[in-house]
Amino acid sequence: MGGGIGLNHFLLLSLIIFSLGMVCVLTRRNAIGILMGVELILNSANINYLAFAHYGGAKYDGQVFAIFVIMLAAAEAVIGLAVVLAIYQNFKTIDVDATETLSG
Amino acid sequence: MLATIIFYALAILTVGSSCIVVFSRNVVYSTFALLGAFMGVVGIYVLLAADFVAMVQLLVYVGGILVLTIFAVMLTQGIADVTISNRSVGLIPALVIAVVAGGVMAFAVERTHWHLAASVTPSPTTYGIGNAFLGDYVLPFEIASLVLLAALIGAIVISRHEARE
Repeated sequence: MGGGIGLNHFLLLSLIIFSLGMVCVLTRRNAIGILMGVELILNSANINYLAFAHYGGAKYDGQVFAIFVIMLAAAEAVIGLAVVLAIYQNFKTIDVDATETLSG
Repeated sequence: MLATIIFYALAILTVGSSCIVVFSRNVVYSTFALLGAFMGVVGIYVLLAADFVAMVQLLVYVGGILVLTIFAVMLTQGIADVTISNRSVGLIPALVIAVVAGGVMAFAVERTHWHLAASVTPSPTTYGIGNAFLGDYVLPFEIASLVLLAALIGAIVISRHEARE
């Protein structure tokens, strides 16, 4: 690839997205907001996979793993949002602090 | 030179949209900013010569997960109410944790001498990925279909109303 862009640029971009996703997961009280943070983290992991696949000379292993990650992210989003909707039906809110029935 | 400009444009799009996702008070804005983040990541994938993965990302994330998220946001009432929709707690500790963890990882990235292969000319990847899926990775590929089936059935069971009485 071109000119001044190397592996480290992609790794640092992925690092920034990961940190933002982590802040999202740690600070949100909205369950859907937490799931969005998880999606950001999975995307940053995928950028790492593809960057190493491109610059490391591996054949297609990195891309295959990226597709598996996307597949699992889809399954995770489906189950997560179904759980959020079930919580909403029971508690009439999706604030994760309000759903503390099990806390002692 | 052109690749550099494109990379930084995509990076700004992705990081800016992610910032809106993380720091917006309104969850609807967060959801729509997620579109920008996913599209920027699609561009990054194309820049990394992964054309098939970029298309899969476009179809699954933008066409599937994002639409599903918008549905979930719209199905939960009162979500547009800014004061309760997306409150965040403990922003300062979370930022400290993220900055410390990110700093350690950035230090590791900068210090490591990665083994870099000679750059190859980008070529279509679908042929190789198809061979990998039905060759070395055929067992994970088949298990993935079971995982998706389980997720499908599980989502239906979890989210439907019980009407047994």
